[in-house]
Amino acid sequence: MNRFYALVGVLAVVLGIAVFALLRSGGTAPAAAAGPPPTVVDDGFRGYTLGQGSARVEITEYVDFECPVCASFATIQMPTIKEQLINTGRVRWRFRDYPLPIHKYSRFAAHAAQCAGAQGHYFEMQDQLFTHHQWAQTGKDPSDLFRSLAQAAGVDLKAYDACQEAGRYAQRIEFSRQEGDQLLVDGTPTFFANGKKLEFRRLPGSDDFKVIVDSIIAHSH
Amino acid sequence: MRHRQTIALLALVGLFVALYLWLHALGFGGAIKCGASGGCEVVQTSQWAVFLGLPVAFYGVAGYFALLAVAILGLRPAALPDRTWSVLLAGLASAGFLFTVYLTYLELFVIHAICRWCVGSAVIMTVIWVVAVSGLRRNDGMMER
Repeated sequence: MNRFYALVGVLAVVLGIAVFALLRSGGTAPAAAAGPPPTVVDDGFRGYTLGQGSARVEITEYVDFECPVCASFATIQMPTIKEQLINTGRVRWRFRDYPLPIHKYSRFAAHAAQCAGAQGHYFEMQDQLFTHHQWAQTGKDPSDLFRSLAQAAGVDLKAYDACQEAGRYAQRIEFSRQEGDQLLVDGTPTFFANGKKLEFRRLPGSDDFKVIVDSIIAHSH
Repeated sequence: MRHRQTIALLALVGLFVALYLWLHALGFGGAIKCGASGGCEVVQTSQWAVFLGLPVAFYGVAGYFALLAVAILGLRPAALPDRTWSVLLAGLASAGFLFTVYLTYLELFVIHAICRWCVGSAVIMTVIWVVAVSGLRRNDGMMER
């Protein structure tokens, strides 16, 4: 019996040390999450787009992946917008990054989406990041979660890891953010229709965009 | 006696698994160590990671601690012949097992992500339940006095 209690004691100590080691060795987000890169170079990239090149209206959305309003817009309004405006050939939707400095991991999330985009899975990754948006509320390092989301988005993890570790698209994201600054983007999401900034008093819905698009098309005849 | 000893050891391991998940849920440490799949973060950040206002892992800590305490108390020489401890262990283990079944259902069919730590805990709780029920049927304390 005494041997049993000794075994319990030893096991408790070993497990306690193991838990302590696991907590201490918890990874940290890669450099891509840290902040803007020291230098910014224009690589000519102007955002991923949905819709046909011939569409008469182009909506540009400046987006922050950690922003709850952006997530809400993406998951609630965007399906209808896709169905009624984008898939019908009336609108082309362009996504530009605007990671807000108040958000710890938005730059990292934008980078994860770009790394997925390099493999042709930007929109699948965007869906994953917005659909599983709980990560934005925990404040915890989402590195592992993003890997699993990337996997769910069909991304090859080996190439994804290399891309994330190298911070390959950090300059592209910062270029987009600076572009947003020049266009007086002051929050997310901010929308432009054919280059003109749209002002809303509340988060717009699909109906708002339908009215705007109808108006632009009507006036362009 | 063997049944209660086995339950005590398994509950101790389960306690530390749940403790790790609970501390992680409270914000201690960095990313959860979960292997390449990363399913733990999906599970831990889902809306089902909180039950009645507390992280699910907290209930694991409380449950395993209760099992450990009852098993250890049931191993005292005076308690060994008393079947009440076996009944209590079987009751606790059954509650833990049912909760485990519910959580595993959520992982597989609602969240669609598998957390290896949760699977580990589910295996431990299932074995505890089997041992506890088997101990009850054999009238553990009385038989081995």
